[in-house]
Amino acid sequence: MTKTAIPAIEGWFTDRSDAPALIGSRCTACGTIAFPKATAFCPNPGCTNQEFVDTELSRTGTIWSFTNNCYQPPPPFVAPSEPFEPFIIAAVELAAEGIVVLGQMVRGTDIESLRAGLPVELVVDTLFEDDEHTHTVWKWKVAV
Amino acid sequence: MADRAHDVAVLGVGMHPWGKWGRNFVEYGVAAAQDALADAGVTWADIGYVAGADTIRNGYPGFIAGATFSQALGWKGNRVSSCYAACASGAHAINIARAQILAGFCDVALVVGADTTPKGFFAPVGGDRPDDPDWLRFRLLGATNPTYFALYARRRMELYGATREDFAAVKVKNARHGLANPNARYRKEVTADEVMASPTVADPLRLLDICATSDGGAAVILSSMAFAKRHANTSGHPVRIAAVSTVTPTFPQTVIEMPNFATDSTAMTAAPELGFKDAIAAGAYEEAGIGPEDLSLAEVYDLSTALELDWYENIGLCKPGEAERLLRDGDTALGGRIPVNPSGGLACFGEAIPAQAIAQVCELTWQLRGQASGRQVEGATAGITANQGLFGHGSAVLCVR
Repeated sequence: MTKTAIPAIEGWFTDRSDAPALIGSRCTACGTIAFPKATAFCPNPGCTNQEFVDTELSRTGTIWSFTNNCYQPPPPFVAPSEPFEPFIIAAVELAAEGIVVLGQMVRGTDIESLRAGLPVELVVDTLFEDDEHTHTVWKWKVAV
Repeated sequence: MADRAHDVAVLGVGMHPWGKWGRNFVEYGVAAAQDALADAGVTWADIGYVAGADTIRNGYPGFIAGATFSQALGWKGNRVSSCYAACASGAHAINIARAQILAGFCDVALVVGADTTPKGFFAPVGGDRPDDPDWLRFRLLGATNPTYFALYARRRMELYGATREDFAAVKVKNARHGLANPNARYRKEVTADEVMASPTVADPLRLLDICATSDGGAAVILSSMAFAKRHANTSGHPVRIAAVSTVTPTFPQTVIEMPNFATDSTAMTAAPELGFKDAIAAGAYEEAGIGPEDLSLAEVYDLSTALELDWYENIGLCKPGEAERLLRDGDTALGGRIPVNPSGGLACFGEAIPAQAIAQVCELTWQLRGQASGRQVEGATAGITANQGLFGHGSAVLCVR
């Protein structure tokens, strides 16, 4: 039986399998973009607006920095496999938004191939599975 | 240096040695407080105000540290506060006590922080809390504290050509500095090879690049300058706190910070002139009216070896990209132009969160008094501490004598 895929968090990314995107917010007054979404107050200190609309962030960016996590993090992290396998986290710069966003790199990424400035694109991938569901999250993948 | 209107005196300092003792944190705090009282030559009865730095990993007594320590020393009706500012908690508590003294509400205050830490990675507070970014970063990313330290370290390598050997050299230096420090947990020479051969935690950082979590306690007794001048122990010439900076970042914050998922956006508002960590020290320099060129030493928060290099630039010891050269030239080692972490730093202590920023001030005090046996910076007249806590809590304390 195939497990149902559900996002590990509601409303942070689109689940379109072909071209997923992170969902940020745009302030309807000053235009400031935020990720995760602003809901109650605008991060711009000069703005008192409290209304925001969803905005999809750029699907591609360039690596700002990266690391390979070699030890299993404590809960609430859920290891997707036993025994634990190291995984890469990258900080990715989105030029249009002027923002750096963290995300895991997809499994199988060769850390030796990474460098600052390398183009990557957003995908939705498995974070972990339980008996009923595949919990999905956004990840970065080296752009081809 | 002449007194400034907002100077307060450091009358006494004390610490419980760092380690993994496994006892109740209150014991460490009380031991440190009693040491500080003795060092100051005052008694518990003289203390008008207690500023406690909180720990969030030891249950309710940790959240109300000011009252917890007051009760442990014996209730006597003193005024009290308890504050939490993550790694900066101790400096924030110092700032609260300073303001009480400068406002004239008390003459002598005790600042105290202590912690008992669990083994391994710091984890978020328990329970299912998907509204808390500190919980979510572990759940959605598996991003530990060393993950963020490693991102900064790798950024230095990519941007400035820093090497793993440079990072290891910071550990070698700090291990040597801490050899004679009786309060340090690790008092052992470490070689670059040992650092490089230790297991990778978060590439490029090895286990010996990253500070441990420790038990420990630290306390300072602060007083008004008027009290200090008529107090025998100081000979009218006490160490003074000339500035305490507790600034937040300015929007848009452009460096990814624990526990966040993203930076602020620069699309509509340009980045500020000073980044967060630059602004922390700049705030202290502005308040004290002295600059980095006046410093004799610095105690900076080396959560990782690479972060110490970032601090060289953030506190103005050199320009961005020059920290590795400063290190390689020996400028920041004892005997160099501007020794950094003569105490041995977090590399030799490990982190006891609410005590750590207070411990940094204890070290400055011993250095400025010429009492830092085995690690003395000769002729020290001014020093700065720098520290950064989770969720945008920074601190810098500037001491002079």
